[in-house]
Amino acid sequence: MDAARVGVITFPGSLDDRDAARAVRLAGAEPVALWHADHDLQGVDAVVLPGGFSYGDYLRAGAIARFAPILTELVAAAKDGLPVLGICNGFQVLCEAHLLPGALLPNAGLHFVCRDQRLRVENADTAWTTGYTEGQELVIPIKNADGRFTADARTLDELAAEGRIVARYLDLNPNGSLGDIAGISNAAGNVVGLMPHPEHAVESLTGPSTDGLGFFTSVVKRLVGA
Amino acid sequence: MARVVVDVMLKPEILDPQGQAIARKLPQLGFEGVAAVRQGKRFEVEVDGPADEAAVEKVRKIAETLLANPVIENFEVRVL
Repeated sequence: MDAARVGVITFPGSLDDRDAARAVRLAGAEPVALWHADHDLQGVDAVVLPGGFSYGDYLRAGAIARFAPILTELVAAAKDGLPVLGICNGFQVLCEAHLLPGALLPNAGLHFVCRDQRLRVENADTAWTTGYTEGQELVIPIKNADGRFTADARTLDELAAEGRIVARYLDLNPNGSLGDIAGISNAAGNVVGLMPHPEHAVESLTGPSTDGLGFFTSVVKRLVGA
Repeated sequence: MARVVVDVMLKPEILDPQGQAIARKLPQLGFEGVAAVRQGKRFEVEVDGPADEAAVEKVRKIAETLLANPVIENFEVRVL
């Protein structure tokens, strides 16, 4: 069977597209470079929106990228069940595109945060987290200026009640995110947004752990098993 | 040429650490009695043609499409 093909979108200002592609490869899939200005997902089986500062994030994080040409195809495919993982800036883009609820605001402490962060996996049933167990603790890097997840009280209640909080921060909340939320999913579980960076924790040489690899192996296993 | 202003503010219930940082500095500068500061954004949009209802409506559409995120922000549109 051919390897699963996982697209990684590069926007002007993306930083972590190469690391994301590397993580995809280490997880056993073929990374496919996708370009923001193309109306073409190249038939990929899943998509990663990487971290960085798409289009400079000059208005709000993710606000311009939401209108990138390739987002037209991505939004339609995500609504049809395509697995999509937005990491950091990718999470911000998914919220701006209304594939995920809420928004990411400047860190409550106003400083850029860069640290190895403990997390707890709250939902191990999404397309991107089946390789973990519920309650499993991970250490993966977080690095952002706009990581404070915010949503109205009703949305927060819905996310919690429907099991759509994918991961929460442990030990300390690095950005003032409501409910210590580090990641959420859509109702179907195919779209996940995550503020920390699993693609930076896939090899012991360069990361604090290899705890991040599970996000990528989860989706690959699902695709190969499909 | 119509000049239309869009004021964008975080919704009142949303924490504004930038405004708080400004408010904390004020007593040190001798400004007493300031209860709170909220920081927002102002856009000035120049539109071809007269400053009529159509111009305002166009800018309102721009504001709700791009300038403001209605999940977290409110906005007001007015002709300058």
